[in-house]
Amino acid sequence: MDFFIQLLVGGISVGFLYGLSAMGFVMIFKSSSVLNFAHGELLAIGAYFFLAFIVWAKLPFLLAFLLALVGCFLLGIMIERIFLRPLIGEPLIFVIMLTVGLAAMFKGIILLIWGGNLHTYPNFLPETLGINWGVVRIPPVYSATLVIGMLFLLLFGLFFKFSSQGIYMRSVADNQRAALSLGVHVKRVFALSWAIAALVAGMSGMVLGIINGVNVHDLSAIGLKVFPVVILGGLDSIGGAIIGGIIIGLLETFTGGYLSPSLRDVVPYVILVLILLLKPYGLFGLKEIERV
Amino acid sequence: MKKFHLHPCGNFRERYTQELTVFTTDFGRLWGVIGFVLLVTTVPWLASPYMLYIINMIGIAAIAAIGLNILIGFTGQISLGHGAFFGVGAYAAAILATRFHLPFFVTIPLAGLITAMIGMIFGIPSGRLKGLYLTIATLAGQFIIEYLLIHWDTLTKGTAGITLPPTKLLTFSLQGDLGFYYLIFLALAGMGWIAVNLMRTRYGRAFIAIRDNDRAAEGMGIPIFRYKLLSFGISSFYAGFAGALWASYMGSITAEPFNLSLSVEYIAMVIIGGLGSISGSIYGAVFITLLNESLRFMTGILMNSGIVAASGLNMAPLREFIFGLAIVMFILIEPRGLAELWRITRSSFRLWPFSY
Repeated sequence: MDFFIQLLVGGISVGFLYGLSAMGFVMIFKSSSVLNFAHGELLAIGAYFFLAFIVWAKLPFLLAFLLALVGCFLLGIMIERIFLRPLIGEPLIFVIMLTVGLAAMFKGIILLIWGGNLHTYPNFLPETLGINWGVVRIPPVYSATLVIGMLFLLLFGLFFKFSSQGIYMRSVADNQRAALSLGVHVKRVFALSWAIAALVAGMSGMVLGIINGVNVHDLSAIGLKVFPVVILGGLDSIGGAIIGGIIIGLLETFTGGYLSPSLRDVVPYVILVLILLLKPYGLFGLKEIERV
Repeated sequence: MKKFHLHPCGNFRERYTQELTVFTTDFGRLWGVIGFVLLVTTVPWLASPYMLYIINMIGIAAIAAIGLNILIGFTGQISLGHGAFFGVGAYAAAILATRFHLPFFVTIPLAGLITAMIGMIFGIPSGRLKGLYLTIATLAGQFIIEYLLIHWDTLTKGTAGITLPPTKLLTFSLQGDLGFYYLIFLALAGMGWIAVNLMRTRYGRAFIAIRDNDRAAEGMGIPIFRYKLLSFGISSFYAGFAGALWASYMGSITAEPFNLSLSVEYIAMVIIGGLGSISGSIYGAVFITLLNESLRFMTGILMNSGIVAASGLNMAPLREFIFGLAIVMFILIEPRGLAELWRITRSSFRLWPFSY
């Protein structure tokens, strides 16, 4: 029973991280229907920005965190402006391959600057944040993650519900042509959604870096694990991403714990194929019914 | 005596059969034959063993890229699992050769057929999914096949890999760069010929109709799902065939090379070469293979030269960066690829020096 509870807690915390990493991905897809294969590299860039500010520049924790977020925001705008804007209206294959090419470029740059070794942040979280209830032991980083994740989820919920930019973004996601004819600046909305998505991705990357250490190979692997998560939750549902992430995390830890550790990496993809065959729009995704 | 066709000054086509010709002029046909003869007779003696190895790699990659182009460029179904299918072909050939002691001219086509079956299984989602959902399904296929190749120990011997017996034609050994040069280029010529002609038949036209507008295709009575599966099958056959050639050429295989980045490399070949162009796939294979080799060479030099070696920088990731940059630049600047660039160059020289 103890083993079961440990797996449960571990699975939920890992899954929550997956969900958090998937949020930025969903945001890009929601507004511009771009399938971002460079998502893992965006996570890594956030983590490395933070690393540069906190280890090399030796800035205080909060300032480094904010500066890294600003860096990711600007990078997101730049990516949209230089690479994605010329491709508006082009066939899907070009958009997908462009993000694949971007992923290779970013990975190359990161490896050139920081190398492929594991880096760690200095420890800055107070021990009192951790939770200790008998068998259930949650290290401080996880509870901090939970708080940060919930905070961001709430902020984005409010942003999409009430702010005018958020409403523009939702309108573009819903129907691009109608939004355009009502005077929404669609290109600016794309830029903004890439910026916000890069920011969220960077934030998740930093959190992952705090927990597992910063390594570009691990982080880009997580970028691929985002796919089962978002398909399960529904490609355009931010809340679905979190729930999908938790389900995938639980499945992974339970197969790792009870069946075999080597199976745990492939199980999400088996689930992915099954969902695609049975319920392609996921748990909370928008259904587009088409009979061809 | 047949009258030779040279380029007319303008478009004088009167029948659809003239639109469908492979070579628009006899001049082109002549160049094709001369090129092939030169490739077979002179290249093996001019090239050093290392060059011959690279040329062989280009030939194998070109076969796989032609297959992927049939799927992506002609049928419009994006697959991220081509690298895994290549691996399935390689393993099929290795297992057939070691367990059943079959000669190579049986194992290689048979490996292609086995891969075609597996490709069709992973193409089944295309019945319900299209566009990016299908792409994600093939991505999952890539990971599942990769897992099976590594962990199905009784069949694939896991991480130890399989060593193939030397390739023999009756008693004459083909092993080595030269023997395989002929094998690979005969195969490439044959497979290229089949692909070019397949695209001129009703099957090819059905693929193109599905790519251009699947609803209209369905409305015209093309059974879409069956043709999509067929396209997956043909494309995987090419991948498996190339993989089997590769396995026989290398002599021993492990599951390591057949990962997602191999799939990405094949898609890069198809895009950089030109979507929907068989000759484009060959240009793409040449471009990507040469890019990989020259970048490996250059980073090697950079690593050993004074300044960089002294600073202790690792220049190997530069390869990855430039590979990504090449893909991005082609998509942004010439999305129709090298085939289109070649067409532009050719047509600007066609009426030279009196072009308008």
